[in-house]
Amino acid sequence: MSIDIEGISKTFGGFVALDNVSLKVPSGELVALLGPSGSGKTSLLRIIAGLETPDSGRILFDGKEATKRQVQERQVGFVFQHYALFRHMTVFDNIAFGLTVKPKKIRPGKQEIRDKVNKLLKLIQLENLADRYPAQLSGGQRQRVALARALAVEPQVLLLDEPFGALDAKVRLELRRWLRRLHDEIHVTSVFVTHDQEEALEVADRIVVMNHGRIEQQGTPSEVYDHPATPFVYDFLGSVNLFHGRVHEGTAQMGGINLSSPEYALANDAPAVGYVRSHDIAIERQAGDPGAIKAEVRYLLSVGPLVRVDLLLPDGNRTIEVDLTREEAERLQLSIGEQVFARPRKMRVFVDDYQI
Amino acid sequence: MMQVGKMTQRWEGKGAVTEPTWVRYLLVTAALAFLALFLLMPLAAVFVQALDKGWEAYLEALKEPDTISAIRLTLITAAVCVPLNLFFGIVASWAIAKFSFRGKSFLITLIDLPFSVSPVVSGLIYVLIFGLQGWLGPWLQTHDIKIIFAIPGIILATVFVTFPFVARELIPLMESQGREEEEAALTLGASGLQTFFRVTFPNIKWGILYGVILCNARAMGEFGAVSVVSGHVRGSTNTIPLQVEILYNEYNYAAAFAVASLLALLALVTLAIKTVSEWKMQQSISVAGKER
Repeated sequence: MSIDIEGISKTFGGFVALDNVSLKVPSGELVALLGPSGSGKTSLLRIIAGLETPDSGRILFDGKEATKRQVQERQVGFVFQHYALFRHMTVFDNIAFGLTVKPKKIRPGKQEIRDKVNKLLKLIQLENLADRYPAQLSGGQRQRVALARALAVEPQVLLLDEPFGALDAKVRLELRRWLRRLHDEIHVTSVFVTHDQEEALEVADRIVVMNHGRIEQQGTPSEVYDHPATPFVYDFLGSVNLFHGRVHEGTAQMGGINLSSPEYALANDAPAVGYVRSHDIAIERQAGDPGAIKAEVRYLLSVGPLVRVDLLLPDGNRTIEVDLTREEAERLQLSIGEQVFARPRKMRVFVDDYQI
Repeated sequence: MMQVGKMTQRWEGKGAVTEPTWVRYLLVTAALAFLALFLLMPLAAVFVQALDKGWEAYLEALKEPDTISAIRLTLITAAVCVPLNLFFGIVASWAIAKFSFRGKSFLITLIDLPFSVSPVVSGLIYVLIFGLQGWLGPWLQTHDIKIIFAIPGIILATVFVTFPFVARELIPLMESQGREEEEAALTLGASGLQTFFRVTFPNIKWGILYGVILCNARAMGEFGAVSVVSGHVRGSTNTIPLQVEILYNEYNYAAAFAVASLLALLALVTLAIKTVSEWKMQQSISVAGKER
């Protein structure tokens, strides 16, 4: 089922949670709503579910008006960050709940419910824990039960609110890969909310980046990551270095580097900021390239597969972060206090108040 | 090295905030002595006095028609008040814990009002409204409806005094449980009633029992407010506490204590149920806590 969101606004007291948001979720896609807390992503999800009513705007399911539909009629599966399992019911009863509350006429028989729950238990690989209570399960197991419970009613849409937010790092990684595989199998239209860019990049077909109740950018993970549309998106996805400078008639001057930025051909000595990802900077010993900045190695730190290098710029008070691969770091054999040259491989320039 | 080992041991063994052993024993003894002197001794005294003249006299005192009438009236009052306040308590705490609306804190204050008003004043309020000299008095008289110095007045005063018990118990419990489980039930297609009976109620049932038991104890034991509106008509508008007072004032100590022992027994039963439900309730909260 496809979802159309048209001009949704919502305020809580004086706080604008959503400001005229429009979005299309095509049928069968897995879409991530990504943004910092307070960006309105959870409000949007709850409005799609019918748990919250928008102040204005419309929600369409498969092109049909659904704004006024009750939660119960929307056929959405909702997965909560803190699982919201029924604590006094066993795993089995939790999963069966949606089937047992159906009106008598369409309620499946006992055996049918049992078969279906067992099938779902198998899907979430918890067949032997059917008689446990939620309190006796680990976080990852609980979230899988919550997912099975939502899937039991065969929802048209699956909505997940920070589904892995309360789990520890390893379980989170496992579970999101599992979710991706599951989606590839059942292809139910899914929207999930996250503030974790890595999670969104890995799991989603499409990413919708939100900030201050508005959509900043939407696109495939590589579109959003490789071509951020706004400074906010650049900042939010991955670690980034800022260079302050000026743009004049299509040429940007950033901390001693000149580079052409044809999109600002009309700019007249405008203040601008250059964004460079920390892994898009090369460190060299020789100043072979005119686009390189002289800097001093301040700090070296290995973070898993990467080595993070802090460089002090010649002005003496600004540092930039560079991520090197292990091999590169071993080749360079950097030492603290050494003079090197940093060359941005890819920089994106944004003129202040000059949105593209 | 030795030093560090010692330090850790001391930390684990006693904890930084634990007092020396003799201080702990002193404090515990003081508390127990106080309890024995002011709570257990009077309680024991009630039963000793009640059985002063033997079992025969005890049972005789309870079989007295005025006493039986007082017991019946007390039971009727509790039978009306407890369901009323149970219903109100669940509705109010549901509204307060699961929704946000204008005037919410005012409603909470209002629920607490009977706790902060002296019961005598609560009784007087009803006399002022329904009494002969009160606002509705003349109208009630022409229509031959008796509220003050009759059973309806006693029930009204008791309902007022026992108003907060169930709601006060449930509001914090329901707030601590949040509303996600209910929301989950709704997204799974459950109706409002199904959500209440299958999701909310099982989570709050021990809290409800706790509130009901306290509400019942107060409804049966209330003296001040009932005393003002009852008129003390023997065999007709006397509840158990009022009957105890009358017997006592007539120097009929054995009978007074015999009737009082009923209330004391009620207190013991209440305490037992309260302890169990409190324990169960704690369990359900800690399960909820673990789930977060």
